[in-house]
Amino acid sequence: MSDDRITIEVDGKPLPARKGQMLIEVTDQNDIYVPRFCYHDKLSVAANCRMCLVDVEKAPKPLPACATPVMDGMVVRTRSALALGAQKSVMEFLLINHPLDCPICDQGGECELQDLAMGFGNDVSQYQETKRVVKDKDIGPLVQTDMTRCIHCTRCVRFGEEIAGLRELGATGRGENMTIGTYVEKSMNSELSGNVIDLCPVGALTSKPFRYSARAWEMQQCRGIAPHDCLGSNVEVHIHNNRIKRVVPGANEAVNEVWLSDRDRFSYEGLYSEDRLLRPMLKNSEGQWQEIDWSEALRAVADRLKQVRERDGAGRIGALVSASSTNEEYYLLQKVLRGFGCHNIDHRMRQTDFSYPQQDGLFPWLGQRVSELELNDAILIVGSEPRREVPLINHRIRKAALKGARVMTINPLACDFNFDLDSRIVCRPSAMAHHLAALLKAAFDITGTEPANAVAALINAIECNEQHQHMAQTLIDSSNTGIILGDTVQAHPNRALLDSLVLRLAELTSAKAGYLPDGANSAGAWLAGIVPHRSVAGKPAAEEGLHAADMIEQSLSAYILYNIEPGQDCINPAALTAALQSADFVVAFSGYRSEELESVADVLLPVAQFAENEGSFVNIEGRVQGFKQAIKPAEEIRPGWRAWRILGNELGLEGFDYQSIADIQTDILPAIESTIPATARPAPLPASLPAILQTLERITLRPIYAVDALVRRGKALQQTAVAGIQGVMMNRITAEQLHIQEGEDVHIEQDAGSAVLPLILNESVADGCCYIPAGQPAVEGLSHWFGLITAGKAQN
Amino acid sequence: MTETTPQLSEHTKAEIDRWIKKYPQGQQRSAVLAALREVQHENQGFLTTGLMDAVAEYLDLAPIEVYEVASFYSMLETRPVGRHSISVCNNVSCMLRGGDDIIRHIENKLGIKVGESTADGRVFLKQEEECLAACCGAPMMMVDHKFYENLTTEKVDEIIDELD
Ligand code: SF4
Ligand code: FES
Ligand code: FES
Repeated sequence: MSDDRITIEVDGKPLPARKGQMLIEVTDQNDIYVPRFCYHDKLSVAANCRMCLVDVEKAPKPLPACATPVMDGMVVRTRSALALGAQKSVMEFLLINHPLDCPICDQGGECELQDLAMGFGNDVSQYQETKRVVKDKDIGPLVQTDMTRCIHCTRCVRFGEEIAGLRELGATGRGENMTIGTYVEKSMNSELSGNVIDLCPVGALTSKPFRYSARAWEMQQCRGIAPHDCLGSNVEVHIHNNRIKRVVPGANEAVNEVWLSDRDRFSYEGLYSEDRLLRPMLKNSEGQWQEIDWSEALRAVADRLKQVRERDGAGRIGALVSASSTNEEYYLLQKVLRGFGCHNIDHRMRQTDFSYPQQDGLFPWLGQRVSELELNDAILIVGSEPRREVPLINHRIRKAALKGARVMTINPLACDFNFDLDSRIVCRPSAMAHHLAALLKAAFDITGTEPANAVAALINAIECNEQHQHMAQTLIDSSNTGIILGDTVQAHPNRALLDSLVLRLAELTSAKAGYLPDGANSAGAWLAGIVPHRSVAGKPAAEEGLHAADMIEQSLSAYILYNIEPGQDCINPAALTAALQSADFVVAFSGYRSEELESVADVLLPVAQFAENEGSFVNIEGRVQGFKQAIKPAEEIRPGWRAWRILGNELGLEGFDYQSIADIQTDILPAIESTIPATARPAPLPASLPAILQTLERITLRPIYAVDALVRRGKALQQTAVAGIQGVMMNRITAEQLHIQEGEDVHIEQDAGSAVLPLILNESVADGCCYIPAGQPAVEGLSHWFGLITAGKAQN
Repeated sequence: MTETTPQLSEHTKAEIDRWIKKYPQGQQRSAVLAALREVQHENQGFLTTGLMDAVAEYLDLAPIEVYEVASFYSMLETRPVGRHSISVCNNVSCMLRGGDDIIRHIENKLGIKVGESTADGRVFLKQEEECLAACCGAPMMMVDHKFYENLTTEKVDEIIDELD
């Protein structure tokens, strides 16, 4: 490295630099400002705006700092008459066609063009002719276009190609007639599309939901953590009059770099949904809902819980908890309940198979740091669609793929990856174990390792095909290998088996196996004791309670729902609803009221969501990230931890004198921070693999904008093309076997329930499978998200 | 987006394949210009969004990448135009030799302005051309890739009347 070092001189100061760096990188590092529009350090260099022209000695004309590699001894002047003259001329050119409509432009006050025009523009233009006007196109519900303002820097175009992996915007026409757009009327569908809003230096691309609602200088800014996925992207919340006006990325190289997924950016709208629960509500003896105050409500909850304990025992109470609440809420919740004698606490609402709990890792972690993902040279993705689950984790995987990593997947859906896959296996859910076993066998064969008896017994009879061999070989050959298990594995009826096979494969191929768990704070839920078998920091629970599925199946006397919407957030909604209906007492802590909750609950308690709340999350690499309350919630909505603290006192428990969130954090965070994430140990294997089903199998996963109550109410997100798909997807072969045609209604039966949905032909679904995206009201009658179903043409 | 992508003809595909072979492997995108030229030729001189989508699919490009190319080059038409295309040069040499008059004459004769096509779809009067490198024969025009030089209004009439 050392011979890479050179010295250049900028504005009279000697600066250290590395060979091959662009001049602008060196000046940026040394706080010397060079104006720019098209340059962005996360994008390739286009050098098309010419704003960064500087004066370089011995060069016959000004050179663009963003595209001029430094050389030893180079002498640069960024503010000489030549440089400033060039910059001013460029500015004049850029303003020729710019409408100068700052007073009605949303970018006003935070516009790079406006700022630089202040520094480099003239107050009079020599240009007298008519300016060009560009007709706007509607590119979807998230990004507003005002293309007359575009200065053709092509940042947005390069973003599409280089970061989003989806070329949606382009430069069509030429010369004066060049315009940036989609050319045809088409919406941007990238899950990262909102980032072009930040990238666009002018007001050509702005936020549609935010439009005309506040000025940059009127808003306060508060740091927050995005509440929808296990990455924990850092955000800045922009507030005006105690209302969130928009959410933008908070730069954090180690987590989200400078990006933000659309889900994290636009979901704040859900805070202002009409169906917010604003005050505690109690169902009176006539079944009427009435508003009461918090202390009454909590007293009522305490009384009812005590009654249940007296009559049926605390073991007949169960708490089903969201995977996106804070560590502090979790900690108090389990402290109250365990203190009260109730050990049935779980956040795994989308898990089916709970076997071998003693093998569970400390928490489902990524197996490596987030930033290390892009260094992997091979990645195997099992039962996961990272783009839908954690968009910015997908971005890291994509970066690895672009650097040459070989990415392979085994999935029941041939989901759309925005990079090239090395190989992919698409199979029905019940065949996934067989493919993993085949990979394992191939890996044993290739490495010449003798499998232990139990393993040998399981894999001996398996046939490996060429693809298995190839995939195993790739895993073995690569030196930095990652394996990722996603929501399909988590929900899978054979989760423990799949998990065990993957862990064994990882061990054999020295791969780092990791998970993409549900929600924003699964890791925190594990570490704060929101599982029936573990208390804080992974210590075994003093007494083991029931897990989520058992709590539902055993139809308990009382349920506590914590930020859960039964129809949407549970893998077996019908069973949960039945259990809730037959319970004596149900209290729901919720951000929202819904018919569903009102019909099953007895008490509704309004708890703070996202930026109304305060506390901390733990992400998949074990990073603890805290956030403050950014806005005061409306009416009687309160941060959940306060409710639990009072409830602790109401129930007569000791140790609930917390005055502030900081007091709770002193109790819990050191314990969480002292843990070291470790990969789970593989569970024992069964004697034989479960049979591959021959009849129709159901697959249900949550679409990107249906993962929690808040996003489901994000207005703009719900208008995107990917949201709100209604129907059942099958491939042509499956549909033909069932004699159903595209668009016809399919009658589906599962257990005792049935549903009618239109058929959507989709070749990415494995043979013999029906993919029913979650969140459709029509499927509420159906039961488990995975398993056997029957389907036929609906008779109308 | 509602229309389904039209199919490329076998002949077009063969032609595109021939061009693809001229470039290094994996660089099939380089054939986009040739492909568009061919497709336009078969489609009476202009491209539709559907046809561009078909080219994108065939060359494994994002549709917008094809739109960019098609809208950039003046020999590619992205809206319906007459089947014969006339471009009259208007650069210095031709201008000095009466190129402008030729343009006016054609406009009057056909009842259209530069950039328009006749209602019967017969002739498309393309934009004024900058020097087509036939200055010694100025004024000149190009009709369907063919140069006609030393034009007079009579000569122009004759040429245009001959078009089917
Ligand atoms: S829309 Fe904005 S980001 Fe895109 S090219 Fe124009 S000015 Fe640049
Ligand atoms: S920033 Fe250097 S040319 Fe645009
Ligand atoms: S100026 Fe007309 S051909 Fe050169």
